[in-house]
Amino acid sequence: MSLRPDLKLIADLIEPGSRVLDVGCGDGALLAHLDAEKQVDGRGLEISQQGVNASVGRGLFVMQGDADNDLAEYPDASFDYVVLSKTLQAVHRPRDVLLELLRIGNKAVVTIPNFGHWRVRMSLLARGRMPVTKSLSKAWFDTDNIHFCTILDLFELLDAENIKIARFVPHTKTGKELNTGGLGANWFADQALFLLEN
Amino acid sequence: MRGNVGHTASLFKDEPLALDSGAILSPVTVAYETYGTLNKACNNAVLICHALTGDQYAASKHPITGKPGWWERLVGPGKLIDTAKYFVICSNVLGSCLGTTGPWEVNPKSNEPWGLDFPVITIRDMVRVQAALMDNLGIEKLFMVIGGSMGGMQVLEWIATYPERLVSAVALATAARHTAQNIAFHEVGRQAVMADPNWQAGAYYGKQQKPDKGLAVARMTAHVTYLSEDALTEKFGRNLQARDAVSFGFDADFQIESYLRHQGSAFVDRFDANSYLYITRAMDYLDIAGRHEGRLADAFKDAANVRCCVISFSSDWLYPTTENKAIAHAMNAAGVRVSFAEINSPHGHDAFLLEEPEMDAMISGFMGAAAAAEGLEP
Repeated sequence: MSLRPDLKLIADLIEPGSRVLDVGCGDGALLAHLDAEKQVDGRGLEISQQGVNASVGRGLFVMQGDADNDLAEYPDASFDYVVLSKTLQAVHRPRDVLLELLRIGNKAVVTIPNFGHWRVRMSLLARGRMPVTKSLSKAWFDTDNIHFCTILDLFELLDAENIKIARFVPHTKTGKELNTGGLGANWFADQALFLLEN
Repeated sequence: MRGNVGHTASLFKDEPLALDSGAILSPVTVAYETYGTLNKACNNAVLICHALTGDQYAASKHPITGKPGWWERLVGPGKLIDTAKYFVICSNVLGSCLGTTGPWEVNPKSNEPWGLDFPVITIRDMVRVQAALMDNLGIEKLFMVIGGSMGGMQVLEWIATYPERLVSAVALATAARHTAQNIAFHEVGRQAVMADPNWQAGAYYGKQQKPDKGLAVARMTAHVTYLSEDALTEKFGRNLQARDAVSFGFDADFQIESYLRHQGSAFVDRFDANSYLYITRAMDYLDIAGRHEGRLADAFKDAANVRCCVISFSSDWLYPTTENKAIAHAMNAAGVRVSFAEINSPHGHDAFLLEEPEMDAMISGFMGAAAAAEGLEP
């Protein structure tokens, strides 16, 4: 089973045997991988019926719901890791969601598409219109992605909320890690992974 | 009503059934149907729990109406609940009227039908009887217990009461408690029965007249709660019944009136009015969290071993998504492995009985994964 490169980066951070909640788990690919390879006690939260059915068919346990509305129902510290993969930009209240992740989980793994990437910046500069790229393929009025941020934006928010960054992994679309600090990453990383702790 | 009702088992002969009310019953007769074969390992048994006015004929012809089983769509050889693979049991619930002990049965002490002397029962009492039936059939552990509506309530009581006897559980369109609105509709139905002069405080057995009118009105009211407004509008709208204009009278001018009258009158042929009172009461008394100072999660704290699945339907206003989701969240909080989804459906509460491909897909995936984990042959 080959795992999407960005999910592989997440999987590598998870300790075997831990309790994992994957928020926006899609078809359950990450959880199934973690279940098979790391014997985690995994749970999912997924809004689409298609995703729920695919996950359940894999033997996973998934609640239909989303990050904005359903995290409040989970007890404090009920998971070792809560994963939010490329979803933060699509929630209504990203700040509240981040705090919820770290209430429910001892650690949170958050990945974001980086709106500060040079191609996005060039596109906005040259075309004067909201960038539409392969990974951000919908027009501004149509997109589910309503709260885009750059890597530096997220650093700033985490700092303001006193959230500790245990790992920062800027990477390309193919999951290649970039050996650079925040400023360089903000120009050159398509995506970034943050391992967060209280 | 104990004519041709299929299999029966006589239970609680030596040790009486201790009811939640404090009363005891002995013996208790249970009428049930089975489909498929129990395997050697005894690990392929599936118990189907029926709804308020359902019965044990989940996948075979009803002896009174002659209609196909109420869940034949899902249960049978090669179907979702595959009787070539699973041993399926469905029993008539305690208090009902198709062979299982209920108010219509003769009270062994008085040699008269029980009527209102029959003790008030609860959903958990129904489940205790089902557990005793499993003992009787030599089934220690069920591969799955599944049911919708009141059947789902029984599933929840199974999870709360006998978690060690379950591999998996599926609860559809249900609730862990009756709300004020739920109780209100049931009370309207009961008052309709009781207002019928033929009811005679429940002592109508053996008499010429039964409280058919009252029971029919109860059924008509309840039937409306099983459908969504959209479903009613789509099916009937304001269409007139076999006429071009309203009659300026009280005939069934509208198709919906004619439909409900038919539902009411057909129902009384197959159901006992006192059974209707007792079972609706059992549902009203359901409040699983109430036994745990309001914490539903505590009811499921011993069920970490049970694979659970809870499904609601978007247009169900009788047991809406909020109630079903609360069950799933409580299980989650108790560390129970649970999946939950709200199926998008226009069919109202009755959706769990109807063609719902996404529900089928979810149950099928859930069962397949549970069977694989349990080492059952695919």
